[in-house]
Amino acid sequence: MPDRKALQADMISAHTGPSPGHGMQRDLEVCKLIDTTTCIGCKACEVACAEWNDLPFTPTTFDNTYQTMPQTSYHFWNLIKFNEHQNPDGTIQWLMRKDQCMHCADPGCLAACPADGAIVKYANGIVDFNQENCIGCEFCVSGCPFEIPRFNPMTKKVYKCTLCSDRVGEGLEPACIKACPTGCLKFGSKDDMKFIAGERAKQLRDNFGWQNAGVYDPQSVGGTHVIYVLHDATDPERYGGLPSNPTIPWSYTVWKWLFKPVLGTFALFGFLGVLAHYVTSGPRLAQPEPPGKEKING
Amino acid sequence: MASGAVERFDHKARESFESLGKTTVYRGELLRHPVYTRVLHWAVALFFFLALFTGFGIYLPWLFRWFTPIFGGGPLSRIMHPYFGMAFVFFFGLQALNWLQPMLWTPADSKWMRNIMKVVSGEEKMEPPETGFFNAGQKFQFWEIVGGCVAYLITGIILWAGARTFGRIPVAISYVVHDISALIMLGGIFVHIYLSTIGEPGTFQSMIRGAVSEAWAWTFHPAWYKQITGRDPLQACEDARRQMKS
Repeated sequence: MPDRKALQADMISAHTGPSPGHGMQRDLEVCKLIDTTTCIGCKACEVACAEWNDLPFTPTTFDNTYQTMPQTSYHFWNLIKFNEHQNPDGTIQWLMRKDQCMHCADPGCLAACPADGAIVKYANGIVDFNQENCIGCEFCVSGCPFEIPRFNPMTKKVYKCTLCSDRVGEGLEPACIKACPTGCLKFGSKDDMKFIAGERAKQLRDNFGWQNAGVYDPQSVGGTHVIYVLHDATDPERYGGLPSNPTIPWSYTVWKWLFKPVLGTFALFGFLGVLAHYVTSGPRLAQPEPPGKEKING
Repeated sequence: MASGAVERFDHKARESFESLGKTTVYRGELLRHPVYTRVLHWAVALFFFLALFTGFGIYLPWLFRWFTPIFGGGPLSRIMHPYFGMAFVFFFGLQALNWLQPMLWTPADSKWMRNIMKVVSGEEKMEPPETGFFNAGQKFQFWEIVGGCVAYLITGIILWAGARTFGRIPVAISYVVHDISALIMLGGIFVHIYLSTIGEPGTFQSMIRGAVSEAWAWTFHPAWYKQITGRDPLQACEDARRQMKS
């Protein structure tokens, strides 16, 4: 990565016209690789995330697991989800998955957002929230298939993992990557990470007996800039509700960008309609019309 | 349909508002809308437009930069929109109770609707003799707004509390329903404003002063004219025409 390079915007929420800077520079798509098979659940990434992003920690709910809190929050963007999964043969798998923003190539949050510039997708694939433009409507929460955007009721803004866009812009890796002691977190270009993930999945299939091992990079959202290696890629749901087919609601795609402007124009025809009526047919007057105003033609 | 309690409530409200303001009716005029109705109408109108314009900025990306600054920016628009909307639904709810009786649909209204093109083209100078306090077009718009308000309220609460309370899909559905309701009302408001001002001159004062001319009444609401004055509207119109010519 080149040092000190401003991130180029690729997509901007609710922005009409081209994104400034779009296509100005070639940029590598970055990617975070999470190998769930080598995660030991040490939570170093959780701590590093809270440290780097200066997130305050508050008391949380203990739910009889190793999990720090039931779900991510506006001041806790990186959470390892612990799941005890029972296989059909009765054996138990203790699954650990680092949960955070997936940085989709086709972000549902960005599609749903009505505020110009509140959500930006950079050319390197990072999806970032700009809280100064956020209006706090929470449509992004509804648009996201991964339950990632979190609303802060005090500031009335939505927050989530930034993939450490501030660090990446400086040529550094995200904080969670730096903290990982097992090497289960890797960061680099999307192509490299996909290659490494593929090799690891192959290794798991060939040498460790995980016949269904594979890479999680859902194409229903155009692929993601955070990818997982899973023991069983056929059932991502078991890893704390990772959706097997994440989708963006129709309301934020076809409705918002096609039907809204078209139907809004139709509603304006109401105005043109009454104007046309006034011009062509004229007003209806109380009867009888005053003399001198009587019609002299048909 | 209107129960006794609603009647009593409306009656009391009308009476107490009559002591707050007054309606002057001159010779040759009829009282159309009492103070209570007028106050409700303009409260509904005010909050309708406040909710419309705060919602407009959020409705379309192309409108965001135009409409949100009116209310101090996007975040403030978003905070105020639900309160404006609640006030709109509240005042329209009172108006709906106030108008429940005259807005009930009758077979004559269905007939009016079948002949709507004659009204639009201006072929019929006078309303049909069965047209009472409201004509079928007004009733149709009234019930559309009643339905729209119910839709606004349900979907609005879901959107207000958001996906963290109601889940993703209810919010995504409510978003579309809320929009459709707004689009229908947006189309309707042009027709409403047109017909109550330049489209049918003499109508606007009924919501300002509360009184209308007798000629207006026998032209646009003949059955109501007959009910109030006891005179035949067609006969009254003919008499007036003869008087004008002489």
